[in-house]
Amino acid sequence: MANLRHFALPDLGEGLTEGEILKWLVAPGDTVRLNQPIVEVETAKAAVEVPSPYAGVVTTLHHGVGETVDVGAPIITVDTEPDGAGAAPGVAVLEHDAPEETAVEPGLIGGPAPGGRTSVLVGYGPKSVTAKRRPRRAPSGVENVAAELPPPPARVSAAAVGERAAMVAGQVAVLAKPPVRKLARDAGVDLRSLVGSGPGGTITRADVTAAIGATATVGTVTASPTDALAYAPSPAPTVEMLPQVDPATREQRIPIKGVRKVMAQAMVGSAFSAPHVTIWATTDMTPTMEFLEHLKGRPEFAGVRVSPLLMAARALLVALRRHPMVNSSWDDDAQEIVVKDYVNLGIAAATPRGLVVPNIKDAGRLALPGLATALNALADTARAGRTSTEDMSRGTITITNVGFLGMDTGTPILNPGESAILCFGVVRPTPWVHQGSITVRQITQLALSFDHRHIDGQLGAGFLADIATLLADPAQFAVWG
Amino acid sequence: MPESASAGPLSFPPSPAVPSSVSTPGPELVQLLTPEGERVTHPDYDVHLGDGEYRDLYRDLVLVRRIDVEATALQRQGELGIWASLLGQEAAQVGSGRALQPGDFAFPTYREHGVAWCRGVDPLKLLGLFRGVSNGGWDPHEHNFNLYTIIIGSQTLHATGYAMGVQRDGAEDAVVAYFGDGASSQGDVNEAFIWASVFNAPVVFFCQNNQWAISEPLERQTRIPLYLRASGFGFPGVRVDGNDVLAVLAVTRAALRRAREGSGPTLIEAFTYRMGAHTTSDDPTRYRLQSDLEAWKLKDPLERMKAFLYKQQLADAAFFAEVEQAADELAARVRHGCLTMADPEPLAIFDAVYAEGSSLIDEEREQLAAYLAAFEPTAEGRSS
Repeated sequence: MANLRHFALPDLGEGLTEGEILKWLVAPGDTVRLNQPIVEVETAKAAVEVPSPYAGVVTTLHHGVGETVDVGAPIITVDTEPDGAGAAPGVAVLEHDAPEETAVEPGLIGGPAPGGRTSVLVGYGPKSVTAKRRPRRAPSGVENVAAELPPPPARVSAAAVGERAAMVAGQVAVLAKPPVRKLARDAGVDLRSLVGSGPGGTITRADVTAAIGATATVGTVTASPTDALAYAPSPAPTVEMLPQVDPATREQRIPIKGVRKVMAQAMVGSAFSAPHVTIWATTDMTPTMEFLEHLKGRPEFAGVRVSPLLMAARALLVALRRHPMVNSSWDDDAQEIVVKDYVNLGIAAATPRGLVVPNIKDAGRLALPGLATALNALADTARAGRTSTEDMSRGTITITNVGFLGMDTGTPILNPGESAILCFGVVRPTPWVHQGSITVRQITQLALSFDHRHIDGQLGAGFLADIATLLADPAQFAVWG
Repeated sequence: MPESASAGPLSFPPSPAVPSSVSTPGPELVQLLTPEGERVTHPDYDVHLGDGEYRDLYRDLVLVRRIDVEATALQRQGELGIWASLLGQEAAQVGSGRALQPGDFAFPTYREHGVAWCRGVDPLKLLGLFRGVSNGGWDPHEHNFNLYTIIIGSQTLHATGYAMGVQRDGAEDAVVAYFGDGASSQGDVNEAFIWASVFNAPVVFFCQNNQWAISEPLERQTRIPLYLRASGFGFPGVRVDGNDVLAVLAVTRAALRRAREGSGPTLIEAFTYRMGAHTTSDDPTRYRLQSDLEAWKLKDPLERMKAFLYKQQLADAAFFAEVEQAADELAARVRHGCLTMADPEPLAIFDAVYAEGSSLIDEEREQLAAYLAAFEPTAEGRSS
């Protein structure tokens, strides 16, 4: 098995945030030794040769000469076991994500400082060079939404653009302690939108908690990012990331390559080989939401996030036991349908580098606390950009959670090699007929796309109906579980 | 001034133009091994070593350089925050480090990786400091090697004070204070010279004149050769070829002997060259000429020792191959050790501040512990 290792641009000086590729000293296909100079990089402080941390064969150079690269972004991929059996996987899993463009606020280490400099720990930081930043060949901001779904809600984009605009205008930093900043970032709350109630206008934990509550009651997103699978949302298009438009044509041309290209091929392959059918079901999740509140207090779930997605995953696993044919793949070469006795449950994740679908191996054997822990770990790994090829291989069925994007549901495309994908929407307080009268209930929409070659409408409908039934009445788990 | 400079008894001799001797060594330079590896003699200094001791010096030079090269690479790969390379200064450090007796005490700057090696400090202790996982690095008393001092020149005062303590204990140990040409302009260093001189302290001031104080050349730091400054403070100074490990060993041994015998301090100016950057955050191509570097490459401390060993038939190809292999193994150990270093406990920063603790430190420790606990999600935070 090939072993692809990605080398991210390190901070070559003290507190540097980016560097420019001056010259590549190696090319794809070259064999490199440990510590062999691979690239010349110019930073705000020095032009230096960077030695390879890996020995192997160069597979990819991620940036061309003249491009400015953020510290932390991958610059080269080296296969450290080029002679190993098995071809290199098509999708390179990136160990390091590019840092969020707007992650650091003015005044913090690494953030903007007066005089156009970057704050560093000691002495003068390097000059920020935003103005001369070159266009990126691989725009990372606006491309990574699961399936064919719209971009992240405007709430996030507007906030991020506003934050950058405020920086440009040279406004003072938001005052908040680091733990509060972390809480806000995890919950997707823009600190700039809050009024601090602490001393000197400091934003407190209570302010952030209140803001999270307000968001929920407004009714856009009940399954908040921390509660649902909390992938870092795709960075919203910021000022820096807006396309470099050719003024003559008012168009921008972006080369199709890398993760985008591989993903596109997989999507096209899936869409045009497996005839997709998508069906919908709307269900009243109020009992499940109450059940979740009950679970949160139990010691088995201490320290793990307990979310509606957890119950959706569990419901899917139980429904699969009643409809095993859904957990299968179409082997066109062998002219066989492969029905699997194990469930490797994929969770589609939009990350800044692209769509990834890591899966939980043998999820059907996990009890509920184990499943919750596995979902947490999968989310944390994806958010940290450390999802491995192994994590993404051999999936058998997938859930795509569009609820955390505020979406009701969608028509997902099958993950290649699988036969069904469940789209789980936002849980929304909605007027609903309940026990003969109209009351406000926690309603969600489910959609299931499946491969109509071997899953007919009745099977797909029965499978989705089971999931809806389980989410509407957790007691049904005991009946079918 | 109305009077001309040449008139009257108050006149001073005209300041000389920048003297060439500041940055160009003359006959005063003590040398026992030429850049070509020829053994030469000096009327005042000599060493008599066994064949194995010559080979061991060469081995030290190679291993120390290899540690330095690996650490520089690790910084470039994002594994160290910063690194101060000793490239070119191996002989000055190994020669002086090997002159020390076990009871002697060394006070380094932040570049004395070669001296640390000679004092038995594991290279990984050095890397831990620059990786930011260690708050000091090592126990100074375990190796008689003080912690790296980042503040330029302050360790010369520490060394002088320590030497005065040695004097008061009646011990027969000596102390060596390392510093650079840039530090020679510091007040601390000049104060240390005065104190050491008037108290006749058993300290050797070992200046590695590597010609550059970051980007400032020596010509802008001094009007006279650095070793001559000692005479103004009342003790002897000597200029030695810092790329000649034998001469450095001989000169340092003599100075340490002098300190032990109660004859007071000595200033050694080891005339060498910083072949790399000041630190990994520096770009020397912006302020110095490649031709200077090329000239100094011909004076490389390792190459002349290797030539000497070959010419004197003190070592064969198998020996050099074995040293190379040992260097490779050491580099691999350093790399692996660096990559697998554990992060320190945040509260450990309070542990080595005061020997006997302090209520203020206790209070601050509790504050930090409470602050760190604030990152843990509360019941409220987890559900929101």
